[in-house]
Amino acid sequence: MAIISVENISKKYTDIQALDNVSFQVNEGELYGMIGADGAGKTSLFRILTTLMLADKGKAKVNGWDVVKDYKKIRNSIGYMPGRFSLYQDLTVEENLHFFATLFNISVKKNYDLIQDIYIHIEPFKTRLAGKLSGGMKQKLALCCALIHRPSVLFLDEPTTGVDVVSRKEFWEMLCKLKKQGITILVSTPYMDEATLCDRITLIQSGKILSIDTPQGIIKHYPDSMYGLKSSNMNMLIYDMQKAENIKSCFAFGEYLHLSFQNDNEAARDELRNYLTEQGHQNIELKQIMPNIEDCFIKLMEK
Amino acid sequence: MLRDRKTLLILFGLPVIQILLFGFALTNEIKNSKIVICDYSKDDYSRMIIDKFSANGNFVIKESLLNHLQIESSFKKGDVKLAVVFPANFGNDLLHLNQAHVQIIADASDPNTANILTAYATNIIMDYQKTLYENLNLPYHIGTESRMLYNPGLKGAINFVPGVMVLILMLISVMMTSVSIVREKEYGTMEILLVSPVNPFLLIVSKVIPYLFLSLINFTVIVLLSVTLLGVPVNGSLLLLFGVSVLFIITALSLGLLISNIVETQQEAILISLIGLMVPVTIFTGFIFPIENMPDALQYFSNILPSKWYYIFIKSIMIKGLDISSVWREILILTGMTCLFLFISFKKFKNRLL
Repeated sequence: MAIISVENISKKYTDIQALDNVSFQVNEGELYGMIGADGAGKTSLFRILTTLMLADKGKAKVNGWDVVKDYKKIRNSIGYMPGRFSLYQDLTVEENLHFFATLFNISVKKNYDLIQDIYIHIEPFKTRLAGKLSGGMKQKLALCCALIHRPSVLFLDEPTTGVDVVSRKEFWEMLCKLKKQGITILVSTPYMDEATLCDRITLIQSGKILSIDTPQGIIKHYPDSMYGLKSSNMNMLIYDMQKAENIKSCFAFGEYLHLSFQNDNEAARDELRNYLTEQGHQNIELKQIMPNIEDCFIKLMEK
Repeated sequence: MLRDRKTLLILFGLPVIQILLFGFALTNEIKNSKIVICDYSKDDYSRMIIDKFSANGNFVIKESLLNHLQIESSFKKGDVKLAVVFPANFGNDLLHLNQAHVQIIADASDPNTANILTAYATNIIMDYQKTLYENLNLPYHIGTESRMLYNPGLKGAINFVPGVMVLILMLISVMMTSVSIVREKEYGTMEILLVSPVNPFLLIVSKVIPYLFLSLINFTVIVLLSVTLLGVPVNGSLLLLFGVSVLFIITALSLGLLISNIVETQQEAILISLIGLMVPVTIFTGFIFPIENMPDALQYFSNILPSKWYYIFIKSIMIKGLDISSVWREILILTGMTCLFLFISFKKFKNRLL
């Protein structure tokens, strides 16, 4: 069953088309990712779905309720964590949690089991002011506050932006646990590596949806074979690759260059090895690899 | 700076407005002040002095009273500031005894105005006395006796205490509410509050309530200090004074609410409450520059400020000791303004972000 359904949603600010005919569905219990760069329209979409903003065109439903007509019912049943830290900075961790519980007219104790795993991380700092917490702690507290009323759908707008790698990993582990509790989660992120942790993802760019699939599905649909390339002098390698022939795409990812050929065959690969040896590269390593989401994203953007 | 239109407007608009205001509108000189005459003598001499009064640009004779007991009721109506009383046999005394007395009674709840008006009136009478001298070459003497009603000692405190009350209540209530609510917008907490079952407007109103108590404590402290240290009396009903002050605080709070609906940042909120409100309040409430002397347009403008009505109320209750029947108009106006502010802010309140 579709918990969130979006049909042909468009939104235009004075001169920017933030969302252009966006449609997708999120099923019950899914961990669904919106992947896109800054300014892709993720926040606009979140605000429309959380009833904070009206779309110019199109329909959207959350839990079967219309986001315009039944906005009060939706506000009762969802949890929302905005992209910007939006708790009371002059209240302590504990006070924030109690405040948001009171807002939904429940006690912290009643739903403590849901947030226990997350709250344990910040409990040692419960008397600290929320504004004085570190980035990762802030996000954990915000997640606790968004969960305290046991929402059926959770909207997380870039929860890991500006958070260190370890906290990001922890955060995603928490999301996976929440998913097991049956909460449907719509999460947006500009980090491509987080996409593989979602059940399904939507790649979005300039308000348009590029692709909707499982992360594996998106990778499987990558049209070319992808190779990883490494040599002892990576800086020179990038420079030399710009002049190499028969190359369709070449981007640097971590310790490897990701590249694909115009005409992919054994001869082409040997030709490239020879060319690089001529340029003085040593320890050349060229091997076939799985493309990652970012490769797919770049490919889709080129279309 | 060119892109920040509001700052630009304040930077160049404010000096222009202020120079015009202080140059034309705000003078301590008093013109066309309404007075009443009580003439028991009705002879040529008293009539000639009355003619001098009506010919003088500073005074407009509103009516002639038959009985001096009516003077106080004219003062209570608010617009009459001075009364001139000629005793019976004024002309006779002057003619036969070569000396007579005129009584000048001033509404001294505003001591500055009372002082100036009394001096004007005394001057007119002295001038007349001089003309008598020249024509008749006899040492006529007209004595003036002035009486300062409501504030015999001409204490300045009596004037500024109500003014300070108005200013402080307005400052705290308007600025604190608008700033604290706009902060919710700026920090993004409004976004979360909106996505919750609580009616956000009610939540905002409940945020304002502590400021009501805070302002009330401030008000009580000012009243206590004025009474004990400055010797300002509370002549009227204390209950009425507090009741209407609560009403005025609510008026100011709803004005703050209204401002918070219009602006987006705390900086704007402070700018509007401070410059956009405090300047008009100090100038057009009447405790520094008498409103009666301003051009008509500015006098009409002063009517839209709640502080003006509260100031009139405070003076009527504290200084003049009037009862509710004399201030129902101010109470009604303040109530109306509160309802209007609340209505507009409720209508303008956005249930969504955009």
